[in-house]
Amino acid sequence: MIEPIARPLRKNPLKRTRLPTLPPRARSRTAHGFTAAAAEGRFVLQRCGACSEFSYPARDACPVCLSAELSFVDAPRRGTLLSETTVRLPADVHFRERAPWRIGLVGMECGPTMVAHLHADCEEGLPVLMSLQIDNSGQAVAFAHPEHETPNMADERQWREMTADPKFRRILVTNGRSAVGQEAVAALKAAGATTVFVGMADPWKPFPGEDALRALQGVQIVPLDIADEKSVSDLAADIGGKVDILLNTTEHVRPGGLLNRRGANVMREEIDQAYLGFVHLAQAFGPVMRMRGADGVNSAVAWVNILSVYSLANWPAFGAYSASQAACLSLSHCLRAELRPGGIKVINLFAGPIDTEWFQTVPPPKVAPRAVANAIVSALKSGREDVFVGDVAEDVRQRLVDNPKAVERELGD
Amino acid sequence: MDTKSLLEFAEAVASGAVRVVDLTFTLSPDFPVIVLPPEFGQAAPVRIQRISHYDEAGPAWYWNNLTFGEHTGTHFDAPIHWFTGKDLPNNSVDTLPVRDMIAPACVLDCSAQAAQDPDFLLTIPIVEAWEKQHGRIPERRWVLLRTDWSKKGWHDYANLKDDGAHTPGPDAAVMRWLVEERGVLGFGTETIGTDAGQAGHLNPPYPAHHFLHGGGRYGLQCLRNLDQLPATGAVIFAAPLKIQNGSGSPLRVLALVPAR
Repeated sequence: MIEPIARPLRKNPLKRTRLPTLPPRARSRTAHGFTAAAAEGRFVLQRCGACSEFSYPARDACPVCLSAELSFVDAPRRGTLLSETTVRLPADVHFRERAPWRIGLVGMECGPTMVAHLHADCEEGLPVLMSLQIDNSGQAVAFAHPEHETPNMADERQWREMTADPKFRRILVTNGRSAVGQEAVAALKAAGATTVFVGMADPWKPFPGEDALRALQGVQIVPLDIADEKSVSDLAADIGGKVDILLNTTEHVRPGGLLNRRGANVMREEIDQAYLGFVHLAQAFGPVMRMRGADGVNSAVAWVNILSVYSLANWPAFGAYSASQAACLSLSHCLRAELRPGGIKVINLFAGPIDTEWFQTVPPPKVAPRAVANAIVSALKSGREDVFVGDVAEDVRQRLVDNPKAVERELGD
Repeated sequence: MDTKSLLEFAEAVASGAVRVVDLTFTLSPDFPVIVLPPEFGQAAPVRIQRISHYDEAGPAWYWNNLTFGEHTGTHFDAPIHWFTGKDLPNNSVDTLPVRDMIAPACVLDCSAQAAQDPDFLLTIPIVEAWEKQHGRIPERRWVLLRTDWSKKGWHDYANLKDDGAHTPGPDAAVMRWLVEERGVLGFGTETIGTDAGQAGHLNPPYPAHHFLHGGGRYGLQCLRNLDQLPATGAVIFAAPLKIQNGSGSPLRVLALVPAR
């Protein structure tokens, strides 16, 4: 049984902050089939198109019939823990610091045997459920969970390394004015966050929900206008070393594409709020987060972007907005690479139209702000990297896999 | 005026015999700007972005790039700002006569009324009462409305409610009267606009803008330190940036006041 983790003590200022180290990183190009699945929280294995056998690890030919027709497909998660090993003195620096570390061999019901990191409640000879996780180096690894929920299972040491659990972490939500921002604050507090800093631009402008937000325990309203470089760097000077999770809830949605707008002012506002705001946040908070990736129970652990699913395919009705979101998506991949040395996850949450004022005339289905907030918490707890929330986002994702050109044409009709 | 008098004036400024009062707020990103419904075009907020700060981007020097709308911070409204003044000659900040940039001011202290009522409106009888005490407002004067609004925190300064801003300003009749009967050069306030927060509901809407700019006159807003000015006798130096066809600009507004 897992002892619940305790709220971390304040740091001893005489001690050096340990620098993050990474688990081994090298993977074959083929093995990134697992990375893609792990990023979305899916469990896949390679399956042979000729003999239908599942195989593991990643290969370029079927180990049974030598066919090259191997593809990654969703696979059953159940298996049995065949054997376990506790590694006490690993040669690798990352695992040496975390030793003892338990790994095991899992016989999958669908055939192959996998090497997996073990949840402490997995017992030899008993069934386990397998998942693919993104580890601190950004690569997919197999993780074995006990078949049934066990007490405090999310607090398990090896599992917490795989996730970005909000419990006992300090979180910056960049915009508390929006419905999504306010729902996220509540959801993150409910998930055990120690402190939620909530950014507030133009504090002289009143907004709905202000009183409730100010009354929440463990919530600190902080001045933050992410489109203003100095405002961002001033806040980072105050709390940069205390932000374990950064959730960018900036929301600047305006309808219209190119030809039905006069001039570029609205585009500039979209770029200022979405893209340059992201730049300012990353430059101010990114370096210290990357440095604090191994800073104990409340290490810096994740950066969350809320993006429109139309960052992946332009929706001309909101065409300029889509383009600003595409710029943010591209930047998020840069940030992901640059935060990787710290083991910081960059989570992109893709949503279709959210049920807010600027999508008033868009017919349902629309995503409720609360659903976005819950998806964020769920992504943090499960350590996913790409999250599609709501029917529209999932629909666009699937159609892009099938035929991106068709998506382009259909969104423009 | 001869050279000697002008030099005496300069010496009086240097010696403090003429006091220079700064009527300007610092131009900063967090100063409130006018709020319009979001479907309208918006004034770009003040942004100050560092180019270099004695660092790798410029080892020996510090400088910034600025962006801001013409109507941010303590700022000047030119006649071209409003539709009523759009066809007047020399109606933009780059063409308006430079002699208008230095002019005396009459200061109307309505701070007591504004403290009682955020929607306080200046009326003709109030100005007439002021004139009984201080004399008729001469032509080509700035009329500055002191409300002490500039002393408020920014939340109360903007004072935004569900039905818009609630800040003091002039009513329609007094604006028309000041322009047509008194020939004022311009009208200045401590609030975010020359008009009251609820002036969109007056007739005509935004009467300060309507009558001032229609008459080729100017506006000054977001002024401060009006409480340091005498009712008459202060001279205002207000020179907007020379922006091509500009409708207004942030500026440094100075008042020259006899020290005694």
